[in-house]
Amino acid sequence: MAFSLHGVHVPHRKNTAAMPAVRMGAPGTVTLPMVMHIGKAAIPVVKVGDHVDVGTLVAEQDGKISSPIYASVSGKVSKIGDMLLSNGSTAPAITIESDGEMTVSETVAPPKVENGADLIEAIRKSGIVGLGGAGFPTYVKFDVGDPSKIEELIINGAECEPYITSDTRTMLDRADDMAFALRALEQHLGIKKILIGIENNKKEAIASMQKLAAEDVCVKVCVLPALYPQGGEKVLIYHTTGKTVPAGKLPIDVGCVVCNCTTLAEIGRYLQTGMPLVEKCVTVDGGAVKEPKNVIVPIGTALSDVFDFCGGFTVDPEKVLYGGPMMGIAVPDTSVPVLKQTNAILALSKKEAAPKKTTACLRCGACANHCPFRLDPCAIAFAYKKRDVEELERLAVETCMECGCCAFNCPAGRPLIENHRLAKALVREARAERKAKEATK
Amino acid sequence: MDSKLHVSASPHIHSARTTQSIMLDVVIALLPAAIAGVILFGLSALAVIVCCVAVSVLSEFVFNLILKKEQTVGDLSAVVTGLLLALNLPANVPLWQAGVGSVFAIIVVKCLFGGLGHNLVNPAITARVFMLVAFGSMAQAAFPLDTVAGATPLVELAAGNSPSLMDLFLGKTGGAIGETCTLALLIGGIYLLCRRVIQWHLPVAFIGTVFLFTLALVGFDFVTALAWTLSGGLFLGAIFMATDYVTSPATPLGMFVFGVLAGVLTVVIRFFGNYPEGVSFAILFMNIMTPFIDKWTARKPFGTGGVKA
Repeated sequence: MAFSLHGVHVPHRKNTAAMPAVRMGAPGTVTLPMVMHIGKAAIPVVKVGDHVDVGTLVAEQDGKISSPIYASVSGKVSKIGDMLLSNGSTAPAITIESDGEMTVSETVAPPKVENGADLIEAIRKSGIVGLGGAGFPTYVKFDVGDPSKIEELIINGAECEPYITSDTRTMLDRADDMAFALRALEQHLGIKKILIGIENNKKEAIASMQKLAAEDVCVKVCVLPALYPQGGEKVLIYHTTGKTVPAGKLPIDVGCVVCNCTTLAEIGRYLQTGMPLVEKCVTVDGGAVKEPKNVIVPIGTALSDVFDFCGGFTVDPEKVLYGGPMMGIAVPDTSVPVLKQTNAILALSKKEAAPKKTTACLRCGACANHCPFRLDPCAIAFAYKKRDVEELERLAVETCMECGCCAFNCPAGRPLIENHRLAKALVREARAERKAKEATK
Repeated sequence: MDSKLHVSASPHIHSARTTQSIMLDVVIALLPAAIAGVILFGLSALAVIVCCVAVSVLSEFVFNLILKKEQTVGDLSAVVTGLLLALNLPANVPLWQAGVGSVFAIIVVKCLFGGLGHNLVNPAITARVFMLVAFGSMAQAAFPLDTVAGATPLVELAAGNSPSLMDLFLGKTGGAIGETCTLALLIGGIYLLCRRVIQWHLPVAFIGTVFLFTLALVGFDFVTALAWTLSGGLFLGAIFMATDYVTSPATPLGMFVFGVLAGVLTVVIRFFGNYPEGVSFAILFMNIMTPFIDKWTARKPFGTGGVKA
């Protein structure tokens, strides 16, 4: 690897790194949207009035790219209705009124895994999706036909977003679960090379993973510079293996599978206990939060309940986010639930979330000079203004992972990521139109 | 209370750097040269500086006022333009000429093209060239032979006399207010590098090319080549004018190309042209070339064949 990719030095603010996760009690209700993953919405298999226990299947996956959903509390299904998701679309959601007992379902039992197909089926059934934030169904990543295609399994422990420490806590507190999952993957899929990528600002997590590596010859810990976005999938692959994933291709096309460390730990837990993904460790932080902590929360718990568990707010939050401040999603109100892929909920104070005043572009190049994918946001903005699809394609706008380095740096406070999203949508639309035209020919 | 939550696209935090803070850094970096100019050339230098800065800021203010545009003088870019122009003028320039030059820089070169970020060429450089051409006396004033500024070293060098290198380094020679004291300019340049306002590629390529090219032309006489390099507006131009974001390439490779070509042009004009100094013309020409350099030196996006594993 000749050069490392560009990035930015974001403030770390890992205030909660030394705080082991505390478990929150059962909330009054949980709301489970049928979309907590990339892909098709899951289909409810329970009716209003049904009694469910922790781990009861409440929705089955629909098609390959989808994921089943399980009850995260015991109680009664009180409502199945549409809900507005943070991306603006609507999806059905199941509301469960908790009975406060957290009774575990009788269906929860460790899966029988004897070969690779069993393992992939177990991961599918566990309802585990990419817990780093993307929410891509995890089993699909391993279901590559011939497992020998997987040359390297890269475990993502970079955790490059400010504030978030839930992955750090996984690496510190759940190394056993991770090791169990790794052994299963080695045994049944024949994976021989496992690289754990961690930013160098997490000394304890590195030590914990090095201990794990000492007991497993396949595992190597890669200590990486703390340079955001180190945990971006293609960035991590490049920095741990030196491989470049071509634009428009998947990691598996270069023989890599990337799996977040918490995702891995969840696989380990499922294999040992049979408890599907029903709870999540989230970092609760931000200037407006009274007592920042790492909290283990039943999936579907309203953010407001989690914030209340952390002592509420010291000041009115300006912004509440799912995820970190660089790529997180701002939510309109705190009644929305913790999702499968939620790794942090942040309540930022006015000072933290202060937007920069938007002024004219200086062509200073700070955006392009910090883009890990060597894109030119300035040129993209210009091409989008002209609605020049051809130019946008030439500028490879679609490879943008929306890490936010450009907009973070822009001295003129220009909304570059917003612009990239609009440009990407424009390119997608134009491509679909082109395809439709060709089809009618 | 939840209805008060602010929703916007990521990222939700930003670096502390703003256009204003960048401009402020440039002003700070120019202060050593300005102070040196006042020490070397006296209070008339101060008058020129104050005149250019005041007229520049006022021009932009009035322009925005008349055209009912959002007021932009707060970004401090007009201060930078005024200061740069003043440092490019001799201390004995008539103040009315300095004022006209400032109005030209701000109104014609910057505002009429759409304001900061939209100008094709550097306002201060263009105004200097405009004054050189427009005011007959200006051509003499820029390279005067009178008592205030003294003979510029470039004229002396062309005549075959070599000024002392130490005098050139400290600025005890004739020339424009801010261009003679290389030491002060270097201090400002190092400040800008440390603050990461500019990158080294352009100034180093520019100054390095002038030195090497001159070295070849003077028969590898090290001292004479160094004297040529330390003379004229090279350091002021290479560190402060050519690095103007708006009118120079955005990538390090592009900056390097810009620097080398500007260096070659400067030497060609100095040795073979009608004017004793070529820095301004070289930068102005390269400003116009910048869009092409940007096009030729664009990076290949990751995964599109740029870097192989």
